Amino acid sequence: MGSISLLNVVKRYGSGPKANPVIHGVSAEIADGEFIVIVGPSGCGKSTLLRMVAGLEEISGGQISIAGRVVNDIEPSERDIAMVFQNYALYPHMSVFDNMAYGLKIAKVPLDEIRTRVDKAAKILEIGPFLLRKPRELSGGQRQRVAMGRAIVRQPQVFLFDEPLSNLDAKLRAQTRLEIQKLHAELGVTSLFVTHDQVEAMTLAQRMIVMNAGRMEQIGTPEQVYQAPATTFVAGFIGSPPMNLISGRGEGLQFYTGGQALVLPRPAPRSGELLLGLRPEHCELVDAAGAGWQLRVDVVEMLGAERLVYGKLGDALFTARIDGTRVPPAVGATVSVHAAPERLHWFDPATQQRIQT
Amino acid sequence: MVERDKVGKALSHLVLSLGVLVIAFPVYVTLIASTQTSQQIVQQVPMSMAPGGHMFETYWVALFGGETSYGSKVAPVAPMLWISFVSAMVISIGKISISLLSAFAFVYFRFPGRGMCFWMVFITLMLPVEVRIGPTYEVVSNLRMLNSYAGLTVPLIASATATFLFRQFFLTVPDELVEAARIDGAGPMRFFKDVLVPLSTTSIAALFVIQFIYGWNQYLWPLLVTTDESMYPIVMGIKRMFAGGDAANEWNVIMATAILAMLPPAFVVLLMQRWFVKGLVDSEK
Repeated sequence: MGSISLLNVVKRYGSGPKANPVIHGVSAEIADGEFIVIVGPSGCGKSTLLRMVAGLEEISGGQISIAGRVVNDIEPSERDIAMVFQNYALYPHMSVFDNMAYGLKIAKVPLDEIRTRVDKAAKILEIGPFLLRKPRELSGGQRQRVAMGRAIVRQPQVFLFDEPLSNLDAKLRAQTRLEIQKLHAELGVTSLFVTHDQVEAMTLAQRMIVMNAGRMEQIGTPEQVYQAPATTFVAGFIGSPPMNLISGRGEGLQFYTGGQALVLPRPAPRSGELLLGLRPEHCELVDAAGAGWQLRVDVVEMLGAERLVYGKLGDALFTARIDGTRVPPAVGATVSVHAAPERLHWFDPATQQRIQT
Repeated sequence: MVERDKVGKALSHLVLSLGVLVIAFPVYVTLIASTQTSQQIVQQVPMSMAPGGHMFETYWVALFGGETSYGSKVAPVAPMLWISFVSAMVISIGKISISLLSAFAFVYFRFPGRGMCFWMVFITLMLPVEVRIGPTYEVVSNLRMLNSYAGLTVPLIASATATFLFRQFFLTVPDELVEAARIDGAGPMRFFKDVLVPLSTTSIAALFVIQFIYGWNQYLWPLLVTTDESMYPIVMGIKRMFAGGDAANEWNVIMATAILAMLPPAFVVLLMQRWFVKGLVDSEK
C-alpha cells in the first residue's frame, strides 16, 4: 500500500565538480498509514526532500519508491500522491468546486463520480457552503481547507504537506493541527508533513525526521527524539528553551567545566572531553548555596505558568525552567542545580553524536 | 493630494472642459458637415454649426455609393469598412495568440538558445514597420501576397511588445500554481489553456483594444500592398476620396466616411472598457 522508501537519496544542483549538493544521502522507511513529520531549520533541505517525493524536483542520486514502485522517473501526476502547498496554490479563477475537481477532470473521472467525491470531501472539511465561491472570497483558513480538499478527492496513496499551516494565525494553526490529526485518523493515508515548527512536529508526528544541512539527524517517535536526541543538533532544536549543553572534561563522578567541578550523580560515560546536556525543565533549583552545581542567576523571566531562570554555570550559559508559583531566586544570587541521573545526556564533542549510557 | 478648495476645483474643471472642447470640436464639425449638402458646406461661410437635414442620404451614399448632388459617382465605403474590420481583427487576434504562445515558451520552457531567441524578439522592438518596410514589401510581393488579406495582416502580426507584456505577466504567476497543475496531471498546453489564459484576460482585453486600433489605423502599409480598389481599407479610402485636379470635393460624403471610420474603434473601446474595469476590480493572483 502507501509505504514510502527513501534509499540514499541525494540532491545536487548543477553537475560536475561545481555541483552544489543540498541533500546528502537520506534513507528512511515509512510504513503505510504513518504520519511522518520532517522538521528542521530553514534551508536544511526538508522541502526539497518532500518535493523530490512529489516529483517536482529531480532526484540526483538514490531511489524513492512509493507503494513498492520506484518513482524516480515517474511524473508527479502518476505517482499517486497529493500535495498541499504553503500558499495553497489554488487556481484563482476557478470556483472551489472546480479547484477540487480539476485533477479528476483531467484524469477523465466521470462527472457523477467527481461530484460524489467532491461532496464527500467538502462534507469532511465543512466547506460545502463555499463550493461555488472563488478562492479570493474565502478566508485563509477556508482556503487551506480547500487545498486539503483538493488533495483528498484524488484519493492518493500519500499526502504531502509543505508547511501548510505557516500562513495561518496562531489560533487557527492550533485548530487546523487538530483537524489534520482527525483527518489522518479518519482516512489513514500515509502522510509526509514538512514544518519548521517543533510544536507542529511534536504534536502531529507518529515519527519525525529531524534534518539539518541536508542530512537526516534522527528519525524516531517524538518521545524518542525528545528523550534521547541522537545529536547535539537535535538536542538543541527540539525542546524550548533548548537543552543546555556544557562542554567540559569528565572523570568518574567529576565533570570539570570553567573552573568548576560538577559532581555527577552517576559516573561520566568515559574520561576525557565531553558535552553534558540537561534540559531546562529537568533542573531543580535549590536555594542553599555551597552544595550541588553553582548557578549565578542573571535574569528571570515570568511566562505565567513557569519562569525561566538564565544564568551562568561556570563559564557556560545555562537556562532553567521552574514552576511559576514558586518564589524565584533573586537576580545576582547563586543557587544550586540538581538533576536526576537519568536526565543527563552525553555527547561526543568531536562527532556531536550521542553517547549511550 | 488633489486640491480640495473651490477655486482649485473650478480651475481644474475649466482646464478639463477646455481640453475636451479642443479634442471634441473637430469631431463635432465633422459630424455636422456630414449632415449638410456639399453646396451648403462650401457656400456658407462660415459653415453653419447647426445640424443639417441631409444626414440619412449622405450616409447612405457614403456606405453604398451612388450619385451625389454634383452628379459625380462615389465608391461605396461598406466594403472598405469590412476590409478594415477583418484586417484589424486578424491583426489583433493573431498578435495576441502568437505573443501568448511565445511568452509561454520563454517563461516556462528551458530550450537551447532561449536567451538569444528572447533578445532577438526584443530587438525587433527597435525597428518599427516604417524602417523595415522596403524589405518587408519585397518579401510579401515575392510570396504573392499583394492585394490580399494575408498581405495586409501577416507582416503586422509579429509583436515584441505584446510578447514582452505577457512574459512580464507570466513571471508574476506563482510557481506553486504550475506545480499544483503538474500534480493535477495538467500537461503544458492544458495548463496554458486552463490556467494561464484565463488569468491573462485583463491583459488580453487591454491589448486587444490597442491592437485593434493599431490595425484599423494602418495607412502606409496598405498603401503599398494594395493596388486593387477592392482591397482598400477605409483609412486609405478616405484619402482616395479627395478629388484631384478641378473636380470638387464631396465634403459631406468625406466627413460621413470619416465618422464611419471612427465608429468601430470607438465601439471596441467602449465595449472593452467595461471588460477591463471588471477585470481590474476582481482580478487577483
